[in-house]
This record gives sequence, C-alpha cells and structure tokens, in this order.
Amino acid sequence: MSAVDQPAPNGARAAAIKPIIGFRNISKRWGSMHAVDNVSLDIEPGEFFALLGPSGCGKTTLLRMLAGLEVPTEGHVLIDGQDMSDIPPNKRAVNMVFQSYAVFPHMTVADNVAYGLKIDRVPQSERDNRVQEALDLVQLGHLASRMPDQLSGGQRQRVALARALIKKPKVLLLDEPLSALDAKLREAMRFELSQLQQKVGITFIMVTHDQDEALAIASRIAVMNKGSIAQLGTPSDLYEFPASRFVADFIGSVNMFEGTLISDKPEEATVACPDLSPYVVHVPHSVAGQEESTVWVAIRPEKMSLHKDAETPPAVSKCPAAHNVAKGEIKEISYLGDISIFHVMLANGRLLRISRPNRSRWDQDDFTWGETVWVSWDGSSPVVLQS
Amino acid sequence: MASQKQERRLTFLATALPPIGWVVVFFLAPLAIVWAYSFGQNVSLTEVDISGTFANYARALQPLYLGIFLKSIFIAALTTLLCLIIGFPVALAIVFAEERWRPWLLLLVMLPFWTNLLIRTYALIAVLRTNGFANFTLEWLWDQGSWLMTLVGLEPLGEFTPMQLLYNNFAVVFGLVYVHLPFMVLPLYAALDRIDKSLMEASLDLGAGHLRTLFSIVVPLALPGIISGIIITFVPALGAYLTPDLLGGPDSQMIANVIERQFKRANDWPFGAALSFLLMYATFAVIALRAYLARGKSADGHGI
Repeated sequence: MSAVDQPAPNGARAAAIKPIIGFRNISKRWGSMHAVDNVSLDIEPGEFFALLGPSGCGKTTLLRMLAGLEVPTEGHVLIDGQDMSDIPPNKRAVNMVFQSYAVFPHMTVADNVAYGLKIDRVPQSERDNRVQEALDLVQLGHLASRMPDQLSGGQRQRVALARALIKKPKVLLLDEPLSALDAKLREAMRFELSQLQQKVGITFIMVTHDQDEALAIASRIAVMNKGSIAQLGTPSDLYEFPASRFVADFIGSVNMFEGTLISDKPEEATVACPDLSPYVVHVPHSVAGQEESTVWVAIRPEKMSLHKDAETPPAVSKCPAAHNVAKGEIKEISYLGDISIFHVMLANGRLLRISRPNRSRWDQDDFTWGETVWVSWDGSSPVVLQS
Repeated sequence: MASQKQERRLTFLATALPPIGWVVVFFLAPLAIVWAYSFGQNVSLTEVDISGTFANYARALQPLYLGIFLKSIFIAALTTLLCLIIGFPVALAIVFAEERWRPWLLLLVMLPFWTNLLIRTYALIAVLRTNGFANFTLEWLWDQGSWLMTLVGLEPLGEFTPMQLLYNNFAVVFGLVYVHLPFMVLPLYAALDRIDKSLMEASLDLGAGHLRTLFSIVVPLALPGIISGIIITFVPALGAYLTPDLLGGPDSQMIANVIERQFKRANDWPFGAALSFLLMYATFAVIALRAYLARGKSADGHGI
C-alpha cells in the first residue's frame, strides 16, 4: 500500500503521469505459501524498472502475473489502465524475455523473430522488413538463417529480445536477463540493455537478484522481501536512504550496529551502540524515533575513514569529541586494485568493513596488518533505522 | 604395457562373449535356419529339402496372402493412429499433472504390462461379449431411456438387442489399441517431458493460442518421440497374434495367424518361413524409414 499512497522521496513526478502498469493489492498463494502478499505498485511509461530481491521473494511471480502466465489469487493487474483479470497471456500487450531465453530450437533465428508476427497475420513483405529491422536492432542481422544451437548464449538472448520487441509491446518483461551470461558479457549487456531501452522507448521491467545489475541499469527499483515490497525508489535512494535493515543489508555492503536512541532533537540525535562503546553515534538531524527505543545504525564501508592517531577524527566530523569514532586493529586487507577493503576488529571482537580508494600509486598512509587504527565517519554518514 | 593390453582384451572377451554367444545360438542361428527353410519344400511329413526355390515367396505374394498382408498393415496402422490420438492427450496430461501425481499416473499406464497378455485378453472378452459388461451397461441405459419415454407419455423403446462387440474387426482393433497404448504413451511422455515449458509459455506470450502452440511448438519438438511411439506401436501390432486369434472373427485374421497355421496345422514350414520373413522385411522397412527420418537429428539428443 505504502508504495502507492505515499510517494517515495523522489516520487513527486509519479503523480502527474498515468501509470502504464498498475498492481492493485495483488496476492498469490500456493496452499499456505504466500508468494506475493498484497502488493500495490505503479510503473510509469518509459521507465527501466527493476524488481530486486533474494530468490523466493516473489519477484518472478509478480512478473509472471503481469504476463498472464500466473493468475493472481487476489487483486488486479492493470496494463495501460485496463484490468487484465480476464485477459489470457496471448492477448496482453506485454512481451517477455525468459530466463532460459526460450528460443524455439526447431526454427531459424528469423523464424523465431517472425513467430509473433505470423500469428498476428502480418503480410509477408512487411514481416520480412520488420524481422530484418528487429535483428539489426540487436546486431544479429547477419545470423538470420542460423539455427539456435549454432548461437552463443549472448546471441540467443538477443534473439529473445528481438522476438519480444518486434511485437511492439507496451512493456517488455525481462526475467533475470543476464544471469546466464558470463561476467564480462554481463557487464557489456547491462550497458546494451539500457541503450536499447532508450532507443526503443518502451517500458522495461526486469527481475533480478543481482543488486549491482539493478543499480547499474534501472531508473527505479522495488526491493522485494517475502512477497512484499520492502522499499521503492531510485538506485541512490535505496543505497543512501535504506528504509529498513533488510534493504540496507541487501543493497551494497554495510556496517550495522544495534543500539538505543538516547536523544532525538530536531537538530541532532545520538545513539549508544554496545559494539562501539564507549563512543556514541551522532547524527546532525532528528531521526523521528522514540527515545530509549532500539534502533540500528547502518554505515556504508566507503563512508568510514581510517586514521593513524586519535587526534584526526574529531576534526573530520563536526561533532563533539568521543562521537562517531571507533578504535580497532586491522585484521585483514583485501587489495582489489581500484579500492582496498580493510577489516578492522573492535575491542569486543566485532569486525568493521572499510573501503578506501587507491588514489595514489604509492600509498602515503601505508596501513598494515595488525596496526591499531582509529575509524571515523561524518555525522551525515550513518542511517538510523527503526526496523 | 603389452600385458595390460592383453588383460584388457581378455576382460573384453570375458564380458562380451556370453551375450554374443547367447544371441548367436538362440536368435541368429534359429533365424538362419528359418530363413533357409523359406527356400525349401516339404518332402515328407518331417523332412524339408532346402532346394533354393522361390516358390514359397511367389505363393506368399498371391492375392489371397497379399490381401491378408495389406489388411494386417491397415489394422496395425489404424491401431497406431488410434493409439496416437488417445495417447497424446494422455501423455500431455501426465506431463502437466502435479508433480506428486505423475508417478502414479505413469504407474496406471504401465500397470497392464504387469498382467499376462492372455489374462488381459480374456478380461476384454468378459467386457465385450454378448452378455458382458459393455452390453450390461448399454442395456441399463436402454432401460432408463425406455422408462423416460414412458414417463413423458411415449412408446417404450422395446426389447434391447445386445450389440455384437466380439469376433469382428472392431474387437481386434479395440484389443490391439488396448494392448499397445502404453507403448505409445511412454515415449510420448518422455518426449513431452523433455520440452522446456518456457517454450510453450513464450509461444503464448507471443500471441499464440493453445492450439497454435500445440501444433507449432509442442508437436514439432515432440516429433522424435512421436515417431518412436509410432514405430514401437506399429511393429508389434503388425505381428499381433493372440489378439486377432482370440477377439477376431473368421474374416479378421492377421498375418501372424496365417503364419501360425502354416507352422502348425498346415505343417508347411517353408511357406510359413517365407511369410515370416516377408513380415520381417516389412518391419525392417519401417525401422529404416524411421532412421532415415531421424538422420542428423540424433546429434542434438532428440533421437531415441
């Protein structure tokens, strides 16, 4: 419900445009299992939307209900304002790229792509033109007469894309489009998919469990958990302003501390976390919580910095001394080329994850294993979560 | 190295010779003897002179026997067609049945295999005979209909005359379909089960209806299984002996019944042998046709 009734921080633009897809209180149950639980969601025309979540969160079921391959137990699916309850999959103005690509193995590439047009009884000459056009769009024009078993995985995916796009659907559905490709190709296809979406101007809805993929391609993401939408927003909304521990943890990596909200004033709030004691976490704004309640502080690894001595940290953050710092020992350094990940162990054994870009080819600070360091962060870095 | 190679050869011979010996002694040798007989003639009650004559084959191709041959082919083809028409939806239903029901449905299909053919055929006689279960059911329906007629004030239907369901061509085809249906359903099931369900979903998604999806996607992809099913139904149906013998009438004998008569009552082994080999050549032709149709397809694992 919240997804529709209360726009996300950036959701002001949503109000003006008529949604192309509307889920209205959609539920899907198999026996006692709730695959999708009362989801309402609007998707705008022209969006590259991602349904993101761990396996079994209901994202694929939601997509399949949109295509008509699954019937909702409750609720309605609207496509372009029209209720789809009694419309079979073959009469819906959406097309799908299946996870396995589902390229017909007994037809040539061109016949695969032409399949939908043949059903629509498009005349031969127009059909041939449109097939060539669609194949050129996905750069497969030269392989039209190949059989699918002569194609690579990436080429088969392009066939599936061309076959779906040729029908000029109102929405293109992509079920884990990149999961079957190898890492390098996946990276390239991410870019290509968003290029393609801009070129054809159709709404794309993608299901994925890969948060990097969703962040890289999608203009808006619904993070799903246990059949419900945990949070809806742009990639940066989700990363910088996660609404719950689940979202903070699922998207990117995070250092999470359980604590008690000591004070919550309009201009500042403080949280005492046993893991960080004797220091406290200080944020320069209200967190709209109940004092003395349990909260969680989430800080991204790249928003923490390392220091050799205790004097530097308070200078970084404009907050009282003994706030937003921690003391620990470097246990592990993972050098990844562009960045290094430091694992710092606090006095109570808790490990922190801190990432630093390797800006210089000669590291001036030269942190090393076993060194005692100070960790600090800016007052704007922590997100205080209440669920 | 040499001893290792020798050892491997010994292992190969030790494991391969017994089955090869078995096949030679109990299959190839008798077959060769019968083949030789087909070029011979009776000289006394128990003796056959293998003279190299083609007279037996010439006689086998006379209109009388050729007619029975063609009729056998027709009955086997009809049986195969009916098995396909009945078996395809059955196989499709099992493939789409819920996971936990599937083994039980397959068991139901296979269950008749575990019963002796003779017993199954006699059971069928009990169903089809004049005072059998089929006619009992028909009579009951007739009586109900009759009672309904009188209820609305019309003349009753009159006396029920039992239908002649046994000892005719209908009974033979019915019996053959009953016996051979599992041969058709199992390869169809195997072929249909292998088809990725998302291919059918993709077809629906692209705008095709269920019927179109069936004929454009499911049937072409199941074709190797369909052909296998046709072969392994047609071949035994063509050589069926017990079913036409027990269920058929005087005019519904098939080629196997004729062959049996030559070997037993007529004591004409050479002619029986010639008929047998003609039947076998017909079978080989069908299998060769299947191999020809499947050429180049086995590479992608669709062939059986």
